Amino acid sequence: MSGRVLVGVKRVIDYAVKIRVKPDNTGVVTDGVKHSMNPFCEIAVEEAVKLKEKKFIKEVVAVSCGPQQAQETIRTALAMGADRGIHVEVTGKDYEAMGPLQVSKIMAALAKKEDAQLIILGKQAIDDDCNQTGQMTAALLDWPQGTFASEVSLEGDKVKVVREIDGGLETIRINTPAVLTADLRLNTPRYATLPNIMKAKKKKIAKVNPADLGLDMTSRLEVVRVDEPPQRLAGVKVETVEDLVSKLREQGTL
Amino acid sequence: MLLGLTLSRRLLSRRHCLLQCRSIKTENTARSAVLDSVLSAFRSICGEDGVSLGEAVREQHGKDESVHRCCPPDVVLFPRCVEEVSSLAKICSRHRLPIIPFGTGTGLEGGVSAVEGGVCFSLRNMDQVLDLHQDDFDVTVEPGVTRKALNAYLRDTGLWFPVDPGADASLCGMAATSASGTNAVRYGTMRENVLNLEVVLADGSVVHTAGKGRRPRKTAAGYNLTNLFVGSEGTLGIITKTTLRLYGIPEATVSAVCSFPSVQAAVDSTVQILQSGVPIARIEFLDDVMIDACNRFSSLSYAVTPSLFLEFHGSEGSLQEQVNTAEDITESNGGSGFQWARDAETRERLWRARHDAWYASLALRPGCKAYSTDVCVPLSRLPQILVETKEDLIENRLTGPIVGHVGDGNFHCLMVVDPGDPEELHRVNLFVERLARRALAMDGTCTGEHGVGLGKRALLCEEMGPVAVQVMQRLKDAFDPRNLMNPGKILLPRES
Repeated sequence: MSGRVLVGVKRVIDYAVKIRVKPDNTGVVTDGVKHSMNPFCEIAVEEAVKLKEKKFIKEVVAVSCGPQQAQETIRTALAMGADRGIHVEVTGKDYEAMGPLQVSKIMAALAKKEDAQLIILGKQAIDDDCNQTGQMTAALLDWPQGTFASEVSLEGDKVKVVREIDGGLETIRINTPAVLTADLRLNTPRYATLPNIMKAKKKKIAKVNPADLGLDMTSRLEVVRVDEPPQRLAGVKVETVEDLVSKLREQGTL
Repeated sequence: MLLGLTLSRRLLSRRHCLLQCRSIKTENTARSAVLDSVLSAFRSICGEDGVSLGEAVREQHGKDESVHRCCPPDVVLFPRCVEEVSSLAKICSRHRLPIIPFGTGTGLEGGVSAVEGGVCFSLRNMDQVLDLHQDDFDVTVEPGVTRKALNAYLRDTGLWFPVDPGADASLCGMAATSASGTNAVRYGTMRENVLNLEVVLADGSVVHTAGKGRRPRKTAAGYNLTNLFVGSEGTLGIITKTTLRLYGIPEATVSAVCSFPSVQAAVDSTVQILQSGVPIARIEFLDDVMIDACNRFSSLSYAVTPSLFLEFHGSEGSLQEQVNTAEDITESNGGSGFQWARDAETRERLWRARHDAWYASLALRPGCKAYSTDVCVPLSRLPQILVETKEDLIENRLTGPIVGHVGDGNFHCLMVVDPGDPEELHRVNLFVERLARRALAMDGTCTGEHGVGLGKRALLCEEMGPVAVQVMQRLKDAFDPRNLMNPGKILLPRES
């Protein structure tokens, strides 16, 4: 086994930012807004680095798809302990239309090129909430998948994954190579400290194009419109229970 | 006898006090008339949504986390930028309306009580992190940014703002009260970490205390206006921006716990650890009553004796050395049960007792309220004051577990008291006064971290002496001749 793990990291609007919809309803405002690594991707990076520290794997490669700024996200992964990065440059209309299908094609191609033993992704991105990339990547590669992982252990050439599902916890054992997606309770990501940020500046980030990988980035989806959730209306006070019941009947709730 | 509000009055029927405050508003017809005339002016500046007369909103903005009764303002404003703050202040000044700045309402000394009614400036909508300079280790923030929000913002940069008073307080509010915290022993308090402030004065003028946009790490330029406003508790101006000094996130952290046969042994260990040059990040003292409370509350089994909780920050290599030095010192002072941990989970478990101290104290007597004392003395006097204070507590049958930032000589007695028992309240009141005077007699201060606010104004006079208080009054008169900025705080009303 190559001992190499690919980790996908996505640059998204920071979780603490108040999202605003663009006046033309084509999307959300991203200019001048703080961006950072998707929180589930942070958990994925942390898990990969932990596996390396425990000597189960040899190399962690951080991958991000997007414009030049995606390199900042890769640098954060490097500061957390990834060994090198791959920036797949996607810009303009292609970037706006990029979704799980395109990213999973990229991850599958890179996995073959880099002879990866594992791909670890966040379970979903906090901007689109798709929760599809991990699953699509596994399908394209015909690899087993351990999604919503809250515990991962490597056992020889197999992986034991404890998954968080609606009914509780499900434990599965799958062959490698495999795709894993990280859920919230998998670990607590470390902070990037200054000395590690400095070391990360010396680590390599390779730049590639989807065309180099022989990939077509055309999207089959078109975003028609983006709207804010409806404003919460003021409540109405009533004097008696009878009033309340009649008001509820009026609006069809009762 | 403490002038101003006594503890017993503070804790008496809240509803009764609320009614008192409400009637202040309606009886003061002159004030009501003035308010009506300015409301439209307020609205034209900060919008319809930016002005609130709602009872619930006013009550929320008239109290903090202290035991002082709620004194709601007459109106709450929500300005969105410093220009609005300035225009609103001008209107208040013209009509002689008191101005009370409000951050997160997490203070402990009644600093936001609108004792004379007036206009509360709630600054929560000014919530931007501006101007981060990673290479220079500084950042400027608006009043709506809390310390946890800032550290979350900074998490990718390798930097953090370490002053940690416990609550998730507004950073500008922390500047206004000169806040401190558990790691002041290594990183300092707000006084050492504020580089510049933007302040709106009562007449609406906007001043940059170190010059607009300036952020040198040190300066010798002119009077130290920055530190004049730090700790001024809203009585000199409204802080609308603060420029803060940042530090590198520690590479690694180790936590440790140790038990001691006596208070003296614990304090001696603290002094020696500091003298040995160990750059200890946190060193917290818990007395036996507190340890017992924590054992019961969190199902722990620490030895019920004075204990130290320590935290070390540094690189992997230096940490080992720090821990070894500290362990040797504690051993030589009769310390036992020295445990330490590196990984987050075990560290969390080791420090549980310290984190739960407030709730563990309250749990000792369900249904009671807690009030925290805040004296601070030179380190060498700490054993004596702790011993005398504990004797005082026992003699007067009071519940007061002690937790202290021993590295700074600062400790808190968490007085757990039944708010419905005036006799006990009275005993607590007298105890608190004796404690403050004990600290003053030992070259200390009646408030190490929490500020003067409403309840310590008389003690401030004793601590500073009449000449210093006079100087403070003259400064106050120079900045705010009509006493509109947060009246009733820090300085006692003048004898007229």
